[in-house]
Amino acid sequence: MRPHLEKYFRMNKLPHIWCPGCGHGIILGSLIRAIDNLDLDQDNICIVSGIGCSSRAPGYMNFDTLHTTHGRALAFATGIKLSKPELKVIVITGDGDCAAIGGNHLIHAARRNIDLTTIVFNNNIYGMTNGQYSPMTPKGAFASTAPYGNIDRNFDLCKLAVAAGATFVARGTVYHTNQLIKLIEEALMHKGFSLVDAVSICPTYFGRKNELSSPIEMLKWQREHAISVNAAEKLSPDKLKDKFLIGKFYASQEPEYTEEYGRLIEKAQKQVLKQKKEGE
Amino acid sequence: MKNEARLMQGNEACVKGALDVGMRFFAGYPITPSTEIAELCAEKLPLVNGKFIQMEDEIGSMAAVIGASLTGKKAMTATSGPGFSLKQENIGFASFTEIPCVIVNVQRGGPSTGLPTSPSQGDVMQAKWGTHCDHPIIALSPSSVEETYYTTIKAFNLSEQYRTPVILLMDEVVGHMREKVILPNIEDLEIIDRKKPDPKNHKPYYPYDDSVDDSVPPLAAYGEGYRFHVSGLTHDKTGFPTTNPDIAEKLMNRLIGKIENNKDKILDYSTEYLNDADVVIFSYGSTARSAQRAVRLAREEGIKAGWVKTVVLWPFPEKLIDEICAKSKTIIVPEMNMGQLVLEVERIVAGRAKVERINKANGQLITPNEILDKIREVK
Repeated sequence: MRPHLEKYFRMNKLPHIWCPGCGHGIILGSLIRAIDNLDLDQDNICIVSGIGCSSRAPGYMNFDTLHTTHGRALAFATGIKLSKPELKVIVITGDGDCAAIGGNHLIHAARRNIDLTTIVFNNNIYGMTNGQYSPMTPKGAFASTAPYGNIDRNFDLCKLAVAAGATFVARGTVYHTNQLIKLIEEALMHKGFSLVDAVSICPTYFGRKNELSSPIEMLKWQREHAISVNAAEKLSPDKLKDKFLIGKFYASQEPEYTEEYGRLIEKAQKQVLKQKKEGE
Repeated sequence: MKNEARLMQGNEACVKGALDVGMRFFAGYPITPSTEIAELCAEKLPLVNGKFIQMEDEIGSMAAVIGASLTGKKAMTATSGPGFSLKQENIGFASFTEIPCVIVNVQRGGPSTGLPTSPSQGDVMQAKWGTHCDHPIIALSPSSVEETYYTTIKAFNLSEQYRTPVILLMDEVVGHMREKVILPNIEDLEIIDRKKPDPKNHKPYYPYDDSVDDSVPPLAAYGEGYRFHVSGLTHDKTGFPTTNPDIAEKLMNRLIGKIENNKDKILDYSTEYLNDADVVIFSYGSTARSAQRAVRLAREEGIKAGWVKTVVLWPFPEKLIDEICAKSKTIIVPEMNMGQLVLEVERIVAGRAKVERINKANGQLITPNEILDKIREVK
């Protein structure tokens, strides 16, 4: 590790619990580099996670950190952010945590456009519990609860986030690390609800069950199948058939929830003051 | 106007008490018969720079309350039976991670969707055992509108003092009843705030420091520079996960002990005519009102009846039951459920007196006459 990044880690909690070849360390490293590049105040950042492999990341990070219940990170984070809007609140979640058990909180955090930066450590599987299929497991893929192949339809979490009202939505991969760092930086600087779908790799469960024999194979797969959203515009649907899109999908400026609440407080107090004066 | 009698609803008294004791964050989800609490919080909190949010569900509102408390605010949610069930996992999280918060449950008839606009005392055992595994909890139950005001304040004080979620078990009668209350001057209230770490003596800060005298470690707030970790995993004094059985055991003992060892300070009950009572009515919540009336009517008939109303249900007042057993032959426990707190009474009595039940779970309150009939029957 670069020495100047050590201050962002709880060095006595390393090494981490992730399996050899897991992509989550790359996402964590990208997040830390984004925070460092932006020179954010380390004491003003709060990191909240749910349950699963992804959600063990905050334990290694030298910030105020909260490891909550399964799927609920965004709801805990909403309480923190609304109560203390001056904090920068980052949510670390997984594909099971965020797209399945916590899906409703994702919809409503996005709908409110509350200023939370959500990083989805998306490994397409429930890793912590031995590789069951998640909403992000591709159709036809194998998992410990899909021994005959997954029949669930493919699900695009980024499209859900955009439709629900998120004002910054992007996807990166652990192969395209420079891009991932830049996307996380943009998400962190964005005022409003932002989501970065960080596509990870799980060699231990997803790879082993799906004939991707090594982490290197899985990273190569990412290189060959990810295509940037700009490049994709020039390609025919036929050429995009087995590809997935990466890059910035959506960004807009909309009123942010905690700022709106600040305005509500002013309005309510003025209204009551006026009523009092009229009563006198 | 202070110190003047005013007409107030129970749910309104709850919000008034919460605001007076310093509640500045409320997250909730609409559910009968507790909705007036959320509505009043939405109206009043912005006026004191507090925050209200209507979350997408009951689970989320419990989560948001815990998050807000971690920023140093006094935080509350309110619900009823079905919502109380949904909140349980996160109540356990708050209990285990020792985050102060108040959960109001205006009990309604059940199970399931049940009788949404009718009273019940059906969640007494759920308040104690609703979340999985052993955990400390405090549950309070007021019997009148005025008592709701004071009990809400007590709920926050206990929550802050012992770093624990406190459950305020109201019932639909108390929640929706309007009656006369006389409120105190706010300056006269005892208000307890959580212990904070002293920046000079607590570096490094251990959020679960077990060497503190009263078993309740100070709690820092997020954003103060302590960079501390909170996790629902079994943790050591630093807050980080451990599977060490000795540390797990020590943590569990401290958590249970911080409530059990301070029982005498937490308990709160009233009694009437206990000295010479042959038969004692052991009551709580709105049922305690009927019980008090029944006991007074019985005394008029020359029956030696006595009355107990306990505001604190959990921890349970075991010594009080011992005292009653020493003098009285029969204890009657009237409850708007099929027999819940009576199980605790029977456990402590252990054959030293006769324990009789009056149970009703049909959405109707228990009347003084029903209790009086029972007193006559057993005297």
